[in-house]
Amino acid sequence: MFESVLGVLFNGVAYGVLLFLMAGGLSVTMGMMGFVNLAHGAFAMLGGYLAVTLMGVAGWPFLVTLPAAFAATAAVSVVAERTLYRRLYRAGELDQVLFTIGLVFMSVAGATFVWGPSQQPVQMPPYLSGQVSLFGFEASAYRLFLIVVSGIVTAALVFGLEHTRFGAQVRAAVDNRRMAYGLGIDVNFVFTATFAVGSGLAGLGGALGINLIGLDPAFPIKNMVYFLLVVSVGGLGSIKGTLVAALLLGICDTAGKYYVPEAGAFTLYAVMVGVLLWRPAGLFGRR
Amino acid sequence: MVPFVRSGNPVLSVLDKGRWRAPEIAFWAFTVAVFFLFPDHLMLGAQVLITGLFALSLDLLVGYTGLVSLGHAAFFGVGAYAAGLLAQAGWGEPFSGLALAAAAAAVVGYASSHLIVRVHGIAMLMITMGVTILLHELANRLSWITGGDDGLQGVTMAPVLGLFGFDLFGRTAYLYALGVVFAMFCLARGLVNSPFGLSLRGIRENGRRMPAIGSPMRSRIRTVYTMSAALAGVAGALLAQTTEFVSLEVLSFQRSAEVLIILILGGTGRLYGALIGAAVFMVGRDLLASANPQYWFFWLGLMLVLVVMFARGGILGGLENLLRFVQRRRNAR
Repeated sequence: MFESVLGVLFNGVAYGVLLFLMAGGLSVTMGMMGFVNLAHGAFAMLGGYLAVTLMGVAGWPFLVTLPAAFAATAAVSVVAERTLYRRLYRAGELDQVLFTIGLVFMSVAGATFVWGPSQQPVQMPPYLSGQVSLFGFEASAYRLFLIVVSGIVTAALVFGLEHTRFGAQVRAAVDNRRMAYGLGIDVNFVFTATFAVGSGLAGLGGALGINLIGLDPAFPIKNMVYFLLVVSVGGLGSIKGTLVAALLLGICDTAGKYYVPEAGAFTLYAVMVGVLLWRPAGLFGRR
Repeated sequence: MVPFVRSGNPVLSVLDKGRWRAPEIAFWAFTVAVFFLFPDHLMLGAQVLITGLFALSLDLLVGYTGLVSLGHAAFFGVGAYAAGLLAQAGWGEPFSGLALAAAAAAVVGYASSHLIVRVHGIAMLMITMGVTILLHELANRLSWITGGDDGLQGVTMAPVLGLFGFDLFGRTAYLYALGVVFAMFCLARGLVNSPFGLSLRGIRENGRRMPAIGSPMRSRIRTVYTMSAALAGVAGALLAQTTEFVSLEVLSFQRSAEVLIILILGGTGRLYGALIGAAVFMVGRDLLASANPQYWFFWLGLMLVLVVMFARGGILGGLENLLRFVQRRRNAR
């Protein structure tokens, strides 16, 4: 229960950073290769199910499953990119949409087959449950944990992008792929690596999000709309844009549901349509 | 099948496409034959035709003008509710329901077309999707009009032309749907083979150049969007009338995504692709989903992946490639 504006803001930020973790990779991928990957949600789902299986079957502690979810999802995405996605970079938008939707359907059916159709119940460790007293209101300890983890990840991403050579190559490839290729940058490798990091982050987000937004086989279908929302409002290829858009949408959604519950999902989509009409390329997108 | 006639004169080839050829006549003859061949599956047949018309309306946008919309269910749903509400209010005459639905959907289409012309690419995808979701929410909130989750009750249809009542087996439904779909198909066919249709193709191929040659791109987009919305509205009305029920699902994002998949599956830009895609999809779903509903999703996904990897341009595109291949082999001898 939140008792004040601070509480709504806090919960909105927590939801927002979770969205950012999951959608950030999608934004950079779409901005760099122009590839519409609607199956991004499937990678998030994979990370989530992996964490659940490791905790339930192998008895791993929750915190250890997080990097495992990141690494395993990244590995799977590299395989997928090399074998399947690479053939479709030159295909039209429609073909990419159809292909990735096909992958989503297959993954949903696969998840239903392996893990069953219902929500995955998951036990958080005791130090992550309960409330923490913060600035005069009771904050959920888990949401605080989420914000802290996302903060660390964001800082690492920004540092990586701004202060490493690889980050410079990524920025160059997003800016102008042909030119980067012409300068001798191995764009294929850059893309595979970026795709891996992006998908790994999505898997991490999926694992982190089980406690907040649940996990069931329909996860990619339900949440893909939100990822696309965040990516299009933020602007393709921009980490900063995705973060701002995710926070904005997280807060709007939470505030909307708290203050105007009759409006339901109205607020979110109305804000999206408004922003896109004002700035069709997204808040930080390139025209 | 006569391959694409490459004459030097583009006008001639357009006129040539306007002629009815044997495969087309065979196709429509088959749809009539279905009435006699599959008397137990006429309701499914009617649904296939309705979905085909819906996909056809989307083809005008996606295949001919190059605008990808993830929100076409908005117009389908508006048409369905318009026809349903009219019947619920007591006026059950079918054709006037269709007319009202087309008008209502056209109005909504015209309004949203002003948003659409300002964006392209992913922004257009998101806005079309957003409009549909907003309409869906609106219909949900106005459940005292729309019946909300329970759906619209009390939709009773009067007999078609005062003679043929809607029966349980779908006989009237099938022939009624067939007649309406054929009429709408002829309209669409005339449209795409007209100079207006050529300008749509121009927008698809190179939108920037159109104003340079004096063709008003935005007004053409608004026009085709409105017409496409009207056709989708007619399809929605047909659904409401043949099933005598309307639920919130007609405005859902799932329906928008599904019709786009059906269209791409059948092949865009070739009116018949919409109809064939609808037939393959719905018959396939009926067969596979009844056997194992969980895993229909898997087979559908696999089919989509395979179509993109091996049969670009959908079913009709794949067929065309095959025919061209056979033609080349024959010419080489």
